[in-house]
Amino acid sequence: MSDVEASALESLLVEREPIVNDFQIMIATVNGSGSQTANTALMRSIFRMGVPVSGKNIFPSNIQGLPTWFTVRVSKDGYIARREDYHILVAMNQDTVAEDVRKLLPGGVCLYPQEWKLREDRPDIVYYPMPVEKLLEASDVPANLKPYVANMVYVGVLATLLEINLDEIAFSLDFHFGGKAKAINMNMGLVKAAAEWSLDNLAKRDPYKVARIDKTQGMLLLDGNSAGALGAVFGGVTVVAWYPITPSTSLIDALNEYLRDLRTDPVTGKATYAVIQAEDEIGAIGTVIGAGWAGARAMTATSGPGMSLMSEFAGLAYFTEVPAVIWNVQRVGPSTGLPTRTSQGDVLKAYFLGHGDTKHVVLLPSSIEEAFEFGWRAFDLAERLQTLVFVLSDLDLGMNLWMSKPFTYPDQPMDRGKVLSAEDVVRMGGFARYQDVDGDGIGYRTLPGADHPLAAYFARGTGHDERAVYSERPEDWEANMARLTRKFDTARQLVPGPVVDQVDGTQVGIIAYGTTDACVVESRDRLRERGLETSYLRLRALPLNETTRDFLAAHERVYVVENNTDGQMAKLLSMEFPELAGRLISLAHADGLPLTPRWLTAAILEQEQ
Amino acid sequence: MGNRLNLIGLDRNDYKGGKSTLCLGCGHNSISNQIIQVAYELSLNPHRVIKLSGIGCSSKSPAYFLNRSHGFNGLHGRMPALATGATTANRSLIAIGVSGDGDTGSIGLGQFSHMIRRNVPIVYIVENNGVYGLTKGQFSATADLGQELKYAGVNELPPIDICMEALIDNASFVARSFAGDAKQVRELLKAAFSHKGTAVLDIISPCVTFNNHESSTKSYPYGKAHEEPLQDITYIPEYDEISIEEHEPGVVQAVEMHDGSRVMLKKLDPNKHDPTDRVAAIKLLEEASRDNLFITGLIYIDRDRRTLAEISRLVDEPLVSLPEERLRPPREALQAVMNKLICCD
Repeated sequence: MSDVEASALESLLVEREPIVNDFQIMIATVNGSGSQTANTALMRSIFRMGVPVSGKNIFPSNIQGLPTWFTVRVSKDGYIARREDYHILVAMNQDTVAEDVRKLLPGGVCLYPQEWKLREDRPDIVYYPMPVEKLLEASDVPANLKPYVANMVYVGVLATLLEINLDEIAFSLDFHFGGKAKAINMNMGLVKAAAEWSLDNLAKRDPYKVARIDKTQGMLLLDGNSAGALGAVFGGVTVVAWYPITPSTSLIDALNEYLRDLRTDPVTGKATYAVIQAEDEIGAIGTVIGAGWAGARAMTATSGPGMSLMSEFAGLAYFTEVPAVIWNVQRVGPSTGLPTRTSQGDVLKAYFLGHGDTKHVVLLPSSIEEAFEFGWRAFDLAERLQTLVFVLSDLDLGMNLWMSKPFTYPDQPMDRGKVLSAEDVVRMGGFARYQDVDGDGIGYRTLPGADHPLAAYFARGTGHDERAVYSERPEDWEANMARLTRKFDTARQLVPGPVVDQVDGTQVGIIAYGTTDACVVESRDRLRERGLETSYLRLRALPLNETTRDFLAAHERVYVVENNTDGQMAKLLSMEFPELAGRLISLAHADGLPLTPRWLTAAILEQEQ
Repeated sequence: MGNRLNLIGLDRNDYKGGKSTLCLGCGHNSISNQIIQVAYELSLNPHRVIKLSGIGCSSKSPAYFLNRSHGFNGLHGRMPALATGATTANRSLIAIGVSGDGDTGSIGLGQFSHMIRRNVPIVYIVENNGVYGLTKGQFSATADLGQELKYAGVNELPPIDICMEALIDNASFVARSFAGDAKQVRELLKAAFSHKGTAVLDIISPCVTFNNHESSTKSYPYGKAHEEPLQDITYIPEYDEISIEEHEPGVVQAVEMHDGSRVMLKKLDPNKHDPTDRVAAIKLLEEASRDNLFITGLIYIDRDRRTLAEISRLVDEPLVSLPEERLRPPREALQAVMNKLICCD
């Protein structure tokens, strides 16, 4: 750096006030290097200092060697959406460092391993070389583990630079390693060494700082897959069948763990549940439907390609009216697509999965709190409606850590739906499985094993009459489909309704669902600063109902924000409310990453100005 | 037959099903009749039985027996998955699955293998006729090499042997029979119902419409002329007393079943086959294939393999019968999980 450039930077920095609790850190590493431990410890430590955080892990479909990026957004205002830019770069991947540095904001900070002898060619940023190799050599970490703890060096350096409390880092490592002292001490040793080295050797020349505030007290950090799994456990799941697929696998991993802890019979030590790893997604959903038919609370978790394989069984379950829950943690399609990137591309697929006239109930969690709630509520809905319930999560919600209030225990007993016992059958003198006794389109069912000669019925994917007897009569087909439509209308009133923030006097509305919520929340604040008030309706489920129609009717222009290419929800809204379709403006965007407020604000302003 | 009541007070008619819509003389109808007879004779509680099937002529047949049992006519080739789920959800159910050679040998071969691998408790019948009936006469994967059919021409591909497939997948019960041999079908069915785990019965069941000519090894005339039973099989229920000593040693093999019943196998050729020897069973099938022999009987049995429910360490009672308090952990349990996660004490 020339003297002139140095003084330019100097004046840039001197003029700036300290920037406290409002910046983004980008950590660029190599996949498989153990950076997840360092990154989550860093994030959790800041969270424990009372400062709202959100983390995004942008990783490749690879086991080891390809580049991985992790962003930690620090936001005193509590914004948790992804942002594209970053103020602090931790460059640990030599393959990507040039591009990573190029994207760094002016006035930003770049930490990198001293050994690289990086050419510090941006005069408008601060470089801090870190002696990663030297600190590792000086440590007592066994040689074979050194590559995996190297990342602790930047945690220590950042702790000093940003004033992150070392006790909080120690606590976060303790949490991460579940109290395993050896691992904690080894990692913490390096953190401390790096922090001390920084104190002695680094002159702070940047404005960024974490300061303790009080905005996370009583909150927790968890990924959506774990939250959904925990919800399922409190929903009383008994049969789980699945096939490994990113990004849903960790939902099943979490289920296995929670079930083992919470659902092992205390007397016998035996399981009150079964988790079966199937041979493929067809086997998984078939097992789940067999179990649901027999009366179990059954579920599977999958992603796009698995959804495709489940299609035929989804149609069978719709038509035989078998309850089951299917989690789809969405990734980017078509085809194998981007298996480790996020998307909301399966909305139409989930809604219509099957062949012929098929449509399904779909829940759309936007937070880990809702992932938990829908985790148990999905079973109540499935059994009440005797149908499949899809929970459409996505990789962003499922695999990233999110802040949340503690989850609320289910506020109602399990709803097992219209199930007749043998005694009921005796009392009623028999039953007709598909008869609409109550006018809600939902028949009464018996479970296999019900001990009465008239309790049995024959579930079949073929045409059937009210008594479940094979029928090709046109009237029977038509009546059955009409009843299924009636049942779907019942579902409109039973599913979680939209959350609406209607602002008086504005003609502009926004409709979103799932993880795009974080982006919309922040974007509305930016739009308000620019003088544009917006109303907001967040969908929480399909099928749609009158609330959404009313919202459309109350606004001249309604932006439908979603993370896919085709604007799938906008299309669905047009289909459901054709008379209001002219008011819809699709703002769909898909590049594998969560949507950002900057993109959305610009997209809306472009239309509005 | 008729009005005599069995041990649980049911008439044979109580085990009947709807009227068959299959062709007159179809082998599947005679198998349905044997299922009715066996369920009646074994005094099975029909309310505990579930009937499962895939798609095809064979898969229609569960509607033609055991009307008092719940049934699920599922997807083509995917009945094993339904069976896996239903028997896991409720381990007290007695499952009988009816499939065909298309359903099991082609579209469902994968599920068939994995059901066997897991030892899902089910009596799994393959009504094997070598031909697709509902779609009017295509070869199935079990059709003989070189066989001719009016619609399909000459079959140029070697057959898949259902029993061999089952053995390779570590099946715990493998038998072959012939729909024209009612007694053998009946006794093997009884043994299968007494078996804990997947019991595969590959029953050659002629298609009278598309594949019943003499040149077909899946025809009545061929079966009648060529069937070579390995054993004369007699099933002895556990409540019938009979002492082992009565048998001629070396000629009659008694296989004790899980429920205490016994299957007496009178070997028709004393040197021929020991059904507890898996390697011998594989050799037997290979030789039969090589020599074009239509052997029937109990090919293999392993009473020691654990079932899926056992491997899954399930509680003894059916999962579906667990009350809410055993399914939904208490409020304190959620609180404890939350406490571990909450910031920041």
